[in-house]
Amino acid sequence: MKTFTYRSATGLDDTLEPGAVFVAGGTNLVDLMKLGVATPDVLVDVNRLPLGEVTSLDDGGLRIGAAVRNSDLAADPRIRAGFPVLSQALLAGASGQLRNMATTGGNLLQRTRCRYFMDATMPCNKHTPGSGCPAREGDHRNLAILGASESCVATHPSDMAVALVALDAVVVTNSRRIPVTELHRLPGDEPERDTILEHGELITAVELPALPAAANSAYRKARDRASYAFAVGSVAAALSVTDGLVSDVRLGWGAVAHKPWRARVAEERLLGGPATKDAFLAAADAELADSRGLRDNAYKIALMRNLTASVLGRLAEAGEKR
Amino acid sequence: MRLTVNGVDHDLDLDLRTTVLDALREHLGLTGAKKGCDHGQCGACTVLLDGRRVNSCLLLAVAHQDAEITTIEGLNDHPVQRGFLDHDGFQCGYCTPGQICSAVGMLDEVEKGWPSAVTQDSDRLSDSEIKERMSGNLCRCGAYPNMVPAIHQAAGR
Repeated sequence: MKTFTYRSATGLDDTLEPGAVFVAGGTNLVDLMKLGVATPDVLVDVNRLPLGEVTSLDDGGLRIGAAVRNSDLAADPRIRAGFPVLSQALLAGASGQLRNMATTGGNLLQRTRCRYFMDATMPCNKHTPGSGCPAREGDHRNLAILGASESCVATHPSDMAVALVALDAVVVTNSRRIPVTELHRLPGDEPERDTILEHGELITAVELPALPAAANSAYRKARDRASYAFAVGSVAAALSVTDGLVSDVRLGWGAVAHKPWRARVAEERLLGGPATKDAFLAAADAELADSRGLRDNAYKIALMRNLTASVLGRLAEAGEKR
Repeated sequence: MRLTVNGVDHDLDLDLRTTVLDALREHLGLTGAKKGCDHGQCGACTVLLDGRRVNSCLLLAVAHQDAEITTIEGLNDHPVQRGFLDHDGFQCGYCTPGQICSAVGMLDEVEKGWPSAVTQDSDRLSDSEIKERMSGNLCRCGAYPNMVPAIHQAAGR
């Protein structure tokens, strides 16, 4: 590991020196430092800032402090009752040990698990801009089918973030408010930039606006083993059905793109139409119209189609019983 | 640097890059927590940090000077240890200190009513609940089957 200096953040307005990064739970950053992929000069610890609470907002929404641990957030009764998709997504991710350290802000900012990015000795446009991307011809089985570029086909690994994009969450930083759907970027020709955050910008909270449909919501994750594995595809969905017609629907897709993917095309197809399996499949097909499979990841196109219809079908049934 | 381990304060002169795991093993002689993968994937290094189970290989010691760290050496005939003995919950034993610390933390999480991916209702600790909640601990001997009744026993079933 490269040497670094360490200090505590002085406040929410901490001025980050060049070469410095914020650290909270450290579960991804410390690992990347061991791998030589992350080489910060200074670690600025934000764990002593007052960012560890979940508070109720006047409009029925919630404000989640950026340092709230994933395990505490998943267990919060307000999340479990009002936004079950978020609790389920958190519990589908990582292990009990990791969730006890990992924070809300850090989860959003975790890096891709593309094997070439995780290996400092390999070319990778994300860790070494301009060095090339071996994934297109190499191991891309779990990489992107939507929004990828010639320079990068990485996926964002978070489960939590997929629920947050479906829930129209807002990321609050020490300088602005950003819809979570706009926090992460598509790779384009700058894959080294995961998000639109500027140097020194600190996520302080994530706000969940009140969303009645979220009470009937769910997260479904496909992966290679039953637990403790990254998604090969996941769906976060919230659904309201009135008189057999879709009156509200929110869809987030995970492990398909460089960012947690909000499936707005599918949502628009569904809104006002019948809540049937055929409609769910057609909506997923519409969202997937621009998908592009590589040699070994085209299976994800059928996976996302079926996963989406399956989750929405279950929510439609559950919604009728409510 | 000051670390509090199993109720004892230790003043240490450590490189900033030192993890809690390396501080325990290389500087304090507490070799119960094991270095398996050193990347937070295997759980062999699991300790309790202020009572919560964590991967000590991913903790920088400098960042946890105000925490109470509990290792396997700090557990004194805990029901989980008794369960592992009674049910032969290990083979080579390398992953066992991490398994036991993880189970201790896990049972506390169940006690607090925390949900899991298996169920949002933790009232009943089923076999599948134990397997899901312990999935952050890998055992290369495959001694998993006996860990389940060991943990059931510790949970008081």
